[in-house]
Amino acid sequence: MTIKVVHYINQFFAGIGGEEKADHRPEVRDGVVGPGMAFRQAFGTDAEIEATVVCGDTYFNENLETATSEVTAMIQEYSPDVVICGPAFNAGRYGMACGAVAKAVSERLSVPVVSGMYPENPGVDMYHRYAYIVETSNSIAGMRKAVKPMAKLALKLARGEKIGTPEEDGYIPRGIRKNLFAGERGSRRAMEMLVKKLKGEEYTTEYTMPVFDRVHPSPAIKDIRTAKVALVSSGGPVPKGNPDHIESSSASKYGRYSLQGIDDLNSENSETAHGGYDPVYANEDLDRVIPVDVLKEMEEAGEIGSLYEYWYSTVGNGTSVANAKKFAAEIAKDLQSSGVDAVILTST
Amino acid sequence: MRLEVGSILVKDVQFGAKTEVKNGVLIVNKDELAQVAGDDESIASVEVYLAKPGEEIRIIPVKDVIEPRVKVSGKGGVFPGFTSKVDTVGEGCTHVLKGAAVVTTGKIVGFQEGVIDMSGPGAEYTPFSKTMNVVVKIDPVEGLHQHEHEAVVRMAGFRAAEYLGKAAQNLKPDFIEVFETKPLLEQVHEYPDLPKVAYVYMLQTQGLLHNTYVYGVDAKEIIPTLIYPTEIMDGAVVSGNCVSACDKNPTYIHQNNPVIYDLYQGHGKDINFIGCVITNENVTLSDKERSSDMTAKLVEFMGADGVIISEEGFGNPDADLVMNCSKIEKKGIKTVLITDEYAGQDGASQSLADATEYGDAVVSVGNANEVITLPPMKTVIGYEEVADTIAGGFAGSLGEDGSITAEIQVITGSTNELGFGCLTATTI
Repeated sequence: MTIKVVHYINQFFAGIGGEEKADHRPEVRDGVVGPGMAFRQAFGTDAEIEATVVCGDTYFNENLETATSEVTAMIQEYSPDVVICGPAFNAGRYGMACGAVAKAVSERLSVPVVSGMYPENPGVDMYHRYAYIVETSNSIAGMRKAVKPMAKLALKLARGEKIGTPEEDGYIPRGIRKNLFAGERGSRRAMEMLVKKLKGEEYTTEYTMPVFDRVHPSPAIKDIRTAKVALVSSGGPVPKGNPDHIESSSASKYGRYSLQGIDDLNSENSETAHGGYDPVYANEDLDRVIPVDVLKEMEEAGEIGSLYEYWYSTVGNGTSVANAKKFAAEIAKDLQSSGVDAVILTST
Repeated sequence: MRLEVGSILVKDVQFGAKTEVKNGVLIVNKDELAQVAGDDESIASVEVYLAKPGEEIRIIPVKDVIEPRVKVSGKGGVFPGFTSKVDTVGEGCTHVLKGAAVVTTGKIVGFQEGVIDMSGPGAEYTPFSKTMNVVVKIDPVEGLHQHEHEAVVRMAGFRAAEYLGKAAQNLKPDFIEVFETKPLLEQVHEYPDLPKVAYVYMLQTQGLLHNTYVYGVDAKEIIPTLIYPTEIMDGAVVSGNCVSACDKNPTYIHQNNPVIYDLYQGHGKDINFIGCVITNENVTLSDKERSSDMTAKLVEFMGADGVIISEEGFGNPDADLVMNCSKIEKKGIKTVLITDEYAGQDGASQSLADATEYGDAVVSVGNANEVITLPPMKTVIGYEEVADTIAGGFAGSLGEDGSITAEIQVITGSTNELGFGCLTATTI
């Protein structure tokens, strides 16, 4: 079966015009336009470019959300197996548009995307995760060289074939960690790396340490006696039976649980879902993880304004930072809209 | 200290009337083994199974894996402080049933135990799909507290391995390897022109199913100390620990610590391997500070030029790893770290819970979050229903057909942070 391809290009490559025409609105044309000719040649009978979507770079970047939706809708009409964006070489705004289209197409339509850019194109930095971006030269002179690996990758993706390493298939690393079996065991690799490091020879680390966000603390609460306080924990405190099946490690979700009618957590009404620490003491008395009993007493005594009626819980054990960030953003939004003034964050 | 390790190669394992090794076949008297392993009033039942490479067998939940050994000469027993007195080990001669292993299973203690598949895709990730396994399934009496449950099963495994190891007592090894580390000053002078390398061996000590023992002492209670590499090779360190089984060191891997083995391979050629520091991974900040300060100080005290630091576990212990690394590097001593990654199931997240700019030489032993589907096996030894709740599993992990879809985190030894296997991760 012939693979269906949709191609995204800007107004310049469509032959509409340069900067003066960059406000060109999205349009779709059947078949190939401009650089699509070269792709058609590379594909032969294996794939067919069904349509080309064209948009001006200024219009796209100044109307990012609308333009993204318009372009994505046009692409969706053709139900492609794979989408090609560009190549954009070192054209920054074109690269950004290609990247935004790639993100939308891969996320909303679950269709793989191939693009081509010069490594310093800002579209690479911003969107390398959403497309296989082939490294190109910095100008249109590199078109012929870019088309071949892009077409090859597009065919592979459309067929669901295994994609090789960035070196093997010529794309810019997407920042995704992938397991593979090395030729030597880890201990041997460690010794060889240490010998090189001691000799002052060049070595390659197998993992570049991340740089962490630093969160500045909010200003102190002026009067805790009027503040609404909430409990949020990554220690896995859940109602007995773990109703949402939060995973004991690598949590894919968080829960929100009501404190209505609860003054004290105990082994009858609650437990921990966390698989990364000794759960015995938490399961005996979950107040050890989230101090509900003490806060209820303080609420009663007027020492805090009130205890927010829900607690939020996830499991921090093995949970990726990306997931944790996503949970936190959603929980924070919820808390904000519920008028919570202060949060006690507990771990394990 | 000088240790001879004599390996008797085990090519097959069978049940039989008398426990012995004949022509490379380990014959096991099943009832006698069950009796020895089950010699504890807290144990209700013991069952013994065999699991060989290539068979369609799944073992779940796996608690520990232990190599059967026997002390032939020199002080001490194979598990000093547990099945024998605490005499210092690491000298003399020890015989090993190489290729055989005791695997303990039974009712789950926590969330935290592992899976071993003897064939199929999962087998590629665990070193224990390549060993002739004598599986001891131990179920405790009703109402046993979790901490006692763990201890009872742990001890039963040691008794089983010691019992089998005795079959190697009077055999002629197929090959003998000799490992020696001299007292520090002598060792330094032996190879004055080679860089002096020490090994910082981080031991998991976070609580139930997170403990490691040194000569019978819970390593939570130690402050970091010096130890001869041969002591570790001879059973001084054992596991009480299988939480997120991918990156915990079963006793077998302590007995066969690959970092120590490979440092000995380079000893006298590229490096002068001068000794080990063992340290812990406790959960409080003051413990972390104290242990990392002590570790850095000991490494300096030894006069090391460089160290390999291996982590055990992830998340909280990443902080210990980073403290050890930065404090040692600040003393001008070069480090290489061995760790696994938790980059998310999609591999798109950052991999560690803590980081340091000093950590510029890292060996990655793989992303433990990567998802794998383990096809159904003909035989399941243990309790497969725990697949949904063990660390790395999720609701629905256990398919109706008996397959398991879970993170490789569930597989015993898959991302072992001593670098026992070849797995690594790369950026694509």
